Amino acid sequence: MAKAFQKIYTQITAITKATCSLKAQGVGNDELATVNGKLAQVVKILGDDVTLQVFEGTEGIPTNAEVVFLGKAPSLKVSDQLAGRFFNAYGDPIDGGPEIEGKEIEIGGPSVNPVRRKQPSELIATGIAGIDLNNTLVSGQKIPFFADPDQPYNQVMANVALRAQADKIILGGMGLTNDDYLYFKNVFNNAGVLDRIVSFVNTTENPAVERLLVPDMALAAAEYFAVEKHQKVLVLLTDMTLYADALAIVSNRMDQIPSKDSMPGSLYSDLAKLYEKAVQFPEEAGGGSITIIAVTTLSGGDITHAIPDNTGYITEGQLYLRRDSDIGKVIVDPFRSLSRLKQLVAGKKTREDHPQVMNAAVRLYADAANAKTKQENGFDLTDYDERCLKFAKEYSNDILAIDVNINTTEMLDVAWRLFAKHFKPEEVNIKQVFVDKYWGK
Amino acid sequence: MTTGKVKGVIANLVTVGVDGAVSQNEICYIHVGDVKLMAEVIKVTGDNVFVQVFESTRGLKVGNLVEFTGHMLEVTLGPGLLSRNYDGLQNDLDKLTGVFLKRGEYSFPLDENKLWSFKPLAKVGDKVEAASWLGEVDENHQPHKIMVPFVFEGEYTVKSIVKEGEYKINDTIAVLADADGNLHQVTMIQKWPVKKAIMAYKSKPRPFKLLETGVRTIDTANPICEGGTGFIPGPFGTGKTVLQHAISKQAEADIVVIAACGERANEVVETFTEFPELDDPHTGRKLMERTIIIANTSNMPVASREASVYTSMTIAEYYRSMGLRVLLMADSTSRWAQALREMSNRLEELPGQDAFPMDLSAIIGAFYARAGYVYLNNGATGSVTFLGTVSPAGGNLKEPVTEGTKKVARCFYALEQARADRKRYPAVNPIDSYSKYIEYPEFAEYISQRINGEWLEKVNDMKTYLQRGKEIQEQINILGDDGVTVDFHEGFWKSEVIDFVILQQDAFDKIDAVCPLERQEYMLDLVMDICKHDYNFDNFLEVSEYFKRVINLCKQMNYSEFHSEQFEDYRKKLNDLLAERQIAA
Repeated sequence: MAKAFQKIYTQITAITKATCSLKAQGVGNDELATVNGKLAQVVKILGDDVTLQVFEGTEGIPTNAEVVFLGKAPSLKVSDQLAGRFFNAYGDPIDGGPEIEGKEIEIGGPSVNPVRRKQPSELIATGIAGIDLNNTLVSGQKIPFFADPDQPYNQVMANVALRAQADKIILGGMGLTNDDYLYFKNVFNNAGVLDRIVSFVNTTENPAVERLLVPDMALAAAEYFAVEKHQKVLVLLTDMTLYADALAIVSNRMDQIPSKDSMPGSLYSDLAKLYEKAVQFPEEAGGGSITIIAVTTLSGGDITHAIPDNTGYITEGQLYLRRDSDIGKVIVDPFRSLSRLKQLVAGKKTREDHPQVMNAAVRLYADAANAKTKQENGFDLTDYDERCLKFAKEYSNDILAIDVNINTTEMLDVAWRLFAKHFKPEEVNIKQVFVDKYWGK
Repeated sequence: MTTGKVKGVIANLVTVGVDGAVSQNEICYIHVGDVKLMAEVIKVTGDNVFVQVFESTRGLKVGNLVEFTGHMLEVTLGPGLLSRNYDGLQNDLDKLTGVFLKRGEYSFPLDENKLWSFKPLAKVGDKVEAASWLGEVDENHQPHKIMVPFVFEGEYTVKSIVKEGEYKINDTIAVLADADGNLHQVTMIQKWPVKKAIMAYKSKPRPFKLLETGVRTIDTANPICEGGTGFIPGPFGTGKTVLQHAISKQAEADIVVIAACGERANEVVETFTEFPELDDPHTGRKLMERTIIIANTSNMPVASREASVYTSMTIAEYYRSMGLRVLLMADSTSRWAQALREMSNRLEELPGQDAFPMDLSAIIGAFYARAGYVYLNNGATGSVTFLGTVSPAGGNLKEPVTEGTKKVARCFYALEQARADRKRYPAVNPIDSYSKYIEYPEFAEYISQRINGEWLEKVNDMKTYLQRGKEIQEQINILGDDGVTVDFHEGFWKSEVIDFVILQQDAFDKIDAVCPLERQEYMLDLVMDICKHDYNFDNFLEVSEYFKRVINLCKQMNYSEFHSEQFEDYRKKLNDLLAERQIAA
């Protein structure tokens, strides 16, 4: 790998589990190096002392390891050849295919000037009513699933990816189990969409610190397609919790003072730098877009943990999955799920009554939840409570369940049908003009 | 000027060896290839100067040249700030080329070639001091005062001043002589270091004038004053941003400065897109004409995030000195605190609670103290009203940023997850929230003239009904619907009427979004009249059924144009409904 003029260092002065240090001159911050062939990156320079973060881990690195500085930051070769291919965290093919030829770009590049962005305004339909009706997605949005590890988030995400009309789907897998990796590969293959997919995968079999490169690789590829090819790109990042864990490992090895939940103090900025790559470009800039759907796994549903908490402040909403014992299906939780950009399309790109119907239904569903609490505590239910409970069950089954696949107008019609079946107009609290137009129709 | 060489790099903290004197917070530029990166001195130990770089430090090497400038981080103040979009360092974002921000690219914040029509206000021979008005230009229909630079100390005499006419910002418009007879040329622009408060005013009384926002849960329940301070803490997803946008659109202010500090880019884009289209409800012109946006989104460099709140405050103080009412909104001060934490961490300072710097609460306090209502030296008044949002980690209000803010801000708008889950927006908890201004006698006097003498008492009654309603709800939860008397149900539903009709407001409905003060007065009178009456009910089922109809009619009124035919029609229906069960007093 070393070229003729490159200096080779062979004196390692310190080794930790994730980093090693040596004396070297003329080294740039963020620069890549190889340590006995293992890829590493400069994370600290103090005079002649240079600290390298070794992505594969430092197992077996001797004190006389050969260190070569490559004079560049981590980069990816981009061209149309990326389509349909699978890569590891370094951007090297893992599907047995040839190397990519193309322009080499640095990953983790600068951010888009906010005034050069366009306000997201295109609906991304998924057919899943729990998403489209209550938490409508918009191109250029970034939104995670907050899910416990046992929930079918990867399946839902794969469904969303296939139904969303994207030109490219870029999968960034961090700590993906081999089974899930094969699942994605199969689903994309069977749907015949492999030519639209680019995957960067770090499985649980690969070293943890390598994961740190995956989202930047995926987003660099996404930027290439969105900026230069003017395409609509959907990026899937799973699982961001494992990414943050890798950040914590490195920060810990560098003796940084941990903040909440042992996470590095810079967690918010680290995550924001990735998620903020989501963007809608205006027509003048080609009209491409990057939409990010991510997964943040929770431990026991705890969203106050630093990872989901910081994520929630960065992303434009979050989606929760929950098993509803009344209908025995997994539903998109209407209380805690939120798409912050939904008002940009709800009632504008969808039917006018969408926002009010959505809110009214959730309010009635909340009344049903109260009624249920009353019931569990052994109190008598009123007639209204009973009707709420009946409504909630049907609403859960016909709208919230993740196996629903209908368009938004049908979703609204279903909701009005349920309103009329169980309630009187004054109980539903919707603007009179809509009631006149849609009630019982 | 002092120069130096880079000795070490960790993320955006760079160690520099210097050949001369440097001062704390001095600005320097680090040369990397053919670009210069702006940085600020944050610590000096012996020969080592620690600087935080406002950009990515990728590729920085030991030995890179560093040039010091001799001044702190400054902003340029002058006509032409309005309607602009700046980053945290006051670079004009619209002037930067390319889709992506380029490292080391800086731009001048004002237009140097635009001609302004200047009208002198001072005469030759006038005695003036810092912030005295020398003249004015018309900036988007606001009288933009050209002032004696704030850095001038002592008294000056106007030696000459240009005649009414068209001038550029760098033209000399006046010559001033100091006490020693030295002459100073004054242009339309001046510079000021952002971390210092502009103190060129006579006095700062307690705020007493209501700042109307059109949001009922604020104006009616917990009002904020001109020159007041408030904060909005809330877990994510509780409608913090929607509420803040509503206030910035509707508030009765001459100038609105929005500091998007470490927040989402798409939210800033929403402001960029909407404000040029939206009408200012007070003047009928476009909202953007009175707005300045400081956008330092979460993916932009951390150090300039810290600078952005100071840049915004300095610009706000500048307009206050012209006798204008300025509203400054910062979203979110937690991101600013996190930027402080990141730097403190890299400096290896001993951490305080949650790894924040020990002096966090002092820094927050000093910042909030820069807001206020002031009497200027010429007797005019001006104000900077400051509203900050706080994003408490894990939604837990017992964390350092919330606690530090609570000590200094006078209004508190507690956004509540449970309300948001039930779609009761704005999700401001009416019982936990407070406004200290309500207790000020000077505010009571003001409001009795602005609205009426019974207003505060009615507001107080309203809060009592809400408190009572909450207590009853807890009792019903324990005892069951049958376990309490019908009166209890009536009490609970009265509090629900207040909640649905006064507190809840649809920010996305064209009419309900803005509720002018006179309409708030009307609705409060109406609702309190409903609450004050007793009603005939046989059982509790009738109570909820009846009050739901009452709420529905009141809500339809909220959705109708004030005093329109439709509005009066609903009012009539409501009166009929009330007559059905009300017991005459």
